Amino acid sequence: MKVINLDHISAKPLLPEVKTVMIEAIEKDYHNPASQHKSGEEAAAVLQNARKAVAQLLNCKTPKEIVFTSGGTESVNHAIKGVALANEDRGKHIVTSNIEHNAVIRSLRRLKSAGFVVTSLPVDSSGRVKPRDVADAITKDTILVSIMHSNNETGTIQPIEEIGAITREKKVIFHTDAVDSVGVLPMDVQKLGVDLLSFAANTFYGPAGVGGLYIRRGTRIFPLLDGGVQENNKRAGAENLVGIIGMGKAAELALRDMDKRLAHLRTLKNRLLTELPKTIDEYIVNTHPEHSLPNLLSISVQYIEGESVMLMLDDENIAVSTRSACATGSLRASHVLLSLGLSHADAQGTLVLSFGIDNTENDIDTFLKALKAVVTTLRDISPLYQKASKA
Amino acid sequence: MYNKTVMDHFRNPRNVGVIEDADGVGEVGNPLCGDMMTIYLKIKDEHIEEIKFQTFGCGSAIAVSSMITEIARGKSLAEAKQLTNKDVAAALEGLPKNKLHCSNLGADALQLAIQDYEDKLAGVKRPQPIRKEKHEHSHGQKCYCPYCDIEIQADITFCDACQSSLEDEH
Repeated sequence: MKVINLDHISAKPLLPEVKTVMIEAIEKDYHNPASQHKSGEEAAAVLQNARKAVAQLLNCKTPKEIVFTSGGTESVNHAIKGVALANEDRGKHIVTSNIEHNAVIRSLRRLKSAGFVVTSLPVDSSGRVKPRDVADAITKDTILVSIMHSNNETGTIQPIEEIGAITREKKVIFHTDAVDSVGVLPMDVQKLGVDLLSFAANTFYGPAGVGGLYIRRGTRIFPLLDGGVQENNKRAGAENLVGIIGMGKAAELALRDMDKRLAHLRTLKNRLLTELPKTIDEYIVNTHPEHSLPNLLSISVQYIEGESVMLMLDDENIAVSTRSACATGSLRASHVLLSLGLSHADAQGTLVLSFGIDNTENDIDTFLKALKAVVTTLRDISPLYQKASKA
Repeated sequence: MYNKTVMDHFRNPRNVGVIEDADGVGEVGNPLCGDMMTIYLKIKDEHIEEIKFQTFGCGSAIAVSSMITEIARGKSLAEAKQLTNKDVAAALEGLPKNKLHCSNLGADALQLAIQDYEDKLAGVKRPQPIRKEKHEHSHGQKCYCPYCDIEIQADITFCDACQSSLEDEH
């Protein structure tokens, strides 16, 4: 049974080429890259190739600036906690935004209980942080600014370059959680002006459970995991070589095919945006029209609830995601959507549609047809729709 | 996430709709929680002759609404007054823990509809219940951890039982 995956933000398929190199790596059964004998050196060379491929994707000055991790969450934890611990003698103030991923929010919450002070900045109704607010929030005690590159619920991209110029001028360390951007969009750490950047391999069709942290040379940061001297003394523990080899291949392909992929994703998104108003009425687009990921669109369908839509589309073999509170275990609507100024009822009707290079325009058409039927069914049941129609 | 009975009532909800000349109407819920239900009753000889519902909410909210209408239909008012949200969850063979409080409001809506019917008969005019903005008022005065379902104080930000952080989440 073929399922149409419009939930790529949760999981992307492994590329066949990536799968092949990972299987080869398992069969090869590499030794520990930290060992000094021939077998170890052979493994170290493979590790270095992967590091070069990833460093190229981000335009790092040297591959040494890449630290491999177990994924986006570890990278974010490392960046935030590592900088806080290494710089607390200079100050205990951190600046962030109201729309960050839980990895950032909860890392900062942990630091708050250890005496750090956090300023969390609002976003405007389009979902973007104002660089001016960042400049105003920085004090002489500020040691870190952490603002995400693109938001995982709305796809909206933040003005990282402008913020980077501010943090450089004020000599504050700048981290960006770029987990949903790296490998999708052209990324250049020099241009962005960031000191730390978190990413994950699955975003660019590599394996889940592998990622990395870009650490600009000279950045004061402690390891999150203490132990051996792996990863240039920045991340202890034997490397997940099979996963890293997969990520290296995925990075190489992402860089090679970037333009082709972008063109395809933009075609899909345009089709969705053009056809949606002909399919359903009374919905809100939460994604920025210009500054947003090419592969994500968040909409809030009014008078109905997202989980119900998701379950009914699932019956039609179409996978979508909802950030409505009900689906996540938290009973509250998403903090990101409320930050945009959405009402609770509208936020509950949110669908996150995220597509990939494996989707076709036909998938979009099938989805739209199914969505129309589902929205009609659920609005027929909804007392809110009844009231709105009467009014 | 949901069992077969819940999914059946979600996919094929029974007794959906509005009774235009209803004898009693009961409305519960709050968009803060994500669920709102309205139940309409037609009463004949102290029995529920007809019952319909409308619901804005997640899968379990729709299943709960459908199930309460099935259970209550044909019952005497005395019998119907005994029905609780727990009965509905049991008839559905269980609901996920984090859904028990926000979505399981079917019996509450039914009780309000019966009260509305009896008020009309007695000529009592009750003031419209005031929509409270704060979440902790929406299920009576009790508050529960959304992660482990244990009863907690409304103003705490951390659940001791399951170690979850609760900033604005309960």
